[in-house]
Amino acid sequence: MLTDLSLTGALAGLESRQFSSEELTRAHLDAIEALNPRLNAFITVTGDQALDAARQADAVRAKGEGGALNGVPIAIKDLFCTEGVRTTAASRMLADFVPPYESTVTAQLKRDGAVFLGKTNLDEFAMGSSNMTSAFGAVENPWKRNGDNAALVPGGSSGGSASAVAARLALGATGTDTGGSIRQPASFCGITGIKPTYGRCSRWGVVAFASSLDQAGPMARTVEDCAILLGSMAGFDPKDSTSVDRAVPDYRAACQRSLKGMRIGIPAEYRVPGMPMEIETLWQQGIDWLRDAGCEIVDVSLPHTKYGLATYYIVAPAECSSNLARYDGVRFGNRVEAASLDELYERSRAAGFGAEVRRRILIGTYVLSSGYYDAYYLRAQKVRSLILRDFTEAFGRVDALLTPTAPSAAFAQGEKMDDPVTMYLNDIFTVPASMAGIPGISVPAGLDSSGLPLGLQLLGRPFDEEGLFALGSALEKAASFSHVPAIRAGVAA
Amino acid sequence: MSLDPATVRRIAKLARLGVDDSEIARLQGELGGILGWIEQLSELDVEGIEPISGVGQAALRMRDDVVTDGNRREAVLSNAPERAGVFYSVPKVIE
Repeated sequence: MLTDLSLTGALAGLESRQFSSEELTRAHLDAIEALNPRLNAFITVTGDQALDAARQADAVRAKGEGGALNGVPIAIKDLFCTEGVRTTAASRMLADFVPPYESTVTAQLKRDGAVFLGKTNLDEFAMGSSNMTSAFGAVENPWKRNGDNAALVPGGSSGGSASAVAARLALGATGTDTGGSIRQPASFCGITGIKPTYGRCSRWGVVAFASSLDQAGPMARTVEDCAILLGSMAGFDPKDSTSVDRAVPDYRAACQRSLKGMRIGIPAEYRVPGMPMEIETLWQQGIDWLRDAGCEIVDVSLPHTKYGLATYYIVAPAECSSNLARYDGVRFGNRVEAASLDELYERSRAAGFGAEVRRRILIGTYVLSSGYYDAYYLRAQKVRSLILRDFTEAFGRVDALLTPTAPSAAFAQGEKMDDPVTMYLNDIFTVPASMAGIPGISVPAGLDSSGLPLGLQLLGRPFDEEGLFALGSALEKAASFSHVPAIRAGVAA
Repeated sequence: MSLDPATVRRIAKLARLGVDDSEIARLQGELGGILGWIEQLSELDVEGIEPISGVGQAALRMRDDVVTDGNRREAVLSNAPERAGVFYSVPKVIE
């Protein structure tokens, strides 16, 4: 089936004219039509536009032209502004928002010929780890526990992208990662996802959550597929003041690089109490795989790891409360009429934001408020310094770090919902790298005893995505992860 | 730790976020729980540590101070919840 191809395989098939982009795109649209009513991975499907783009890609290819992704159907997280196509951030606030401009990342994907199937579901404003906070409904993970039909979460916030890619509704997808929103859902759905270095991909046109942390990245079923997508997404953009002016290397070539002599650090602090033995075992397996591939394994310490999450839950809500101030019911977004301007703000924002977003706005407002700023926000900024210093010191001794991606496999919809802090603990292994702005990739490495995928995470030096692609490819090869989810194109469980 | 109702109302006011009286008790517990958990940072000695607001380059780039875009009134107003001609409209601010 065309939907079972990797993105790399699909490009080869298009190039050798085994099939057209129109056929490939139609196969994916058919799969979306069949499975999206159940998975709810897409908020908006742009079938007609996709087929038009596919036919155009075929015409370009017929002339012997076309970019690196010419004719490849992918999905776009509904946090990227797409010109003329509704962009909701999975919020009631933006339910009818149609951007008059295109984000830089999606513009570059289009420039290279990618075909957009539609906009994928996410936690509201990318705030969540389960996709349960979307105003457009929960997303179902296509994987099932053995002998159990319970609907599991795909992780979050890029849960729709992860579910769509895992179920073969798209060859790849864009995600964004603020504290783990690419890596954790990739782990939960048995796919690969990379959060690049902060500044590698432009944030222009991406709905902002926490600007010092937000970073776009690709999600796909293989490491090489991610490398191809990132090559298109990355690059300097004068419209984002934090975008870094640095050439984009050949990520695809990096996937083949030898690991001889690379030093891999194993941070002791990621061995947390209560972590399932299976994850510990898989981690050890990953260590052995990398040693066998020629790496030297080194024990390292990142002493401030345990403070990463608490620091994040000051910094991210603070930035969120500031960024989301723009949703005032006046310039765009949801509006509730009222007699005074203040009341219009309050009512519009109360009606437009869901519970988790409101909690974060309130926490952020509190930690920035007069009298509390020093005790919370300023202290968190200092701890962030310490977390960054931990990584900088470790990277003086090693080339990359290997850790589990998440402390558990996918959990059921409705679980971990009683207490916000329990949900936040999902991101314990992904948040520290976000605070330090370093790149991280999650690669599917095995299944737990109930048959659910588990990922391993590699963290690299700033702008060493190439190293992560090389190491990730080695892990992928050693793990030879060929398991497939119960629900996927052509198979409805 | 628990926040008192007045503090929850004060934060909500600062955030311009309407909160119903019926929600106050739940928010006291939830916000208090999160802030109590965050308290763990107070056990760290951060004396003399430089705070950072991000990890990007220290200095922002400068660009020439010239107009690069504009004259797109309809695009700007295209998502306005309510407009009057070429203006956004809001309730009267001055009594």
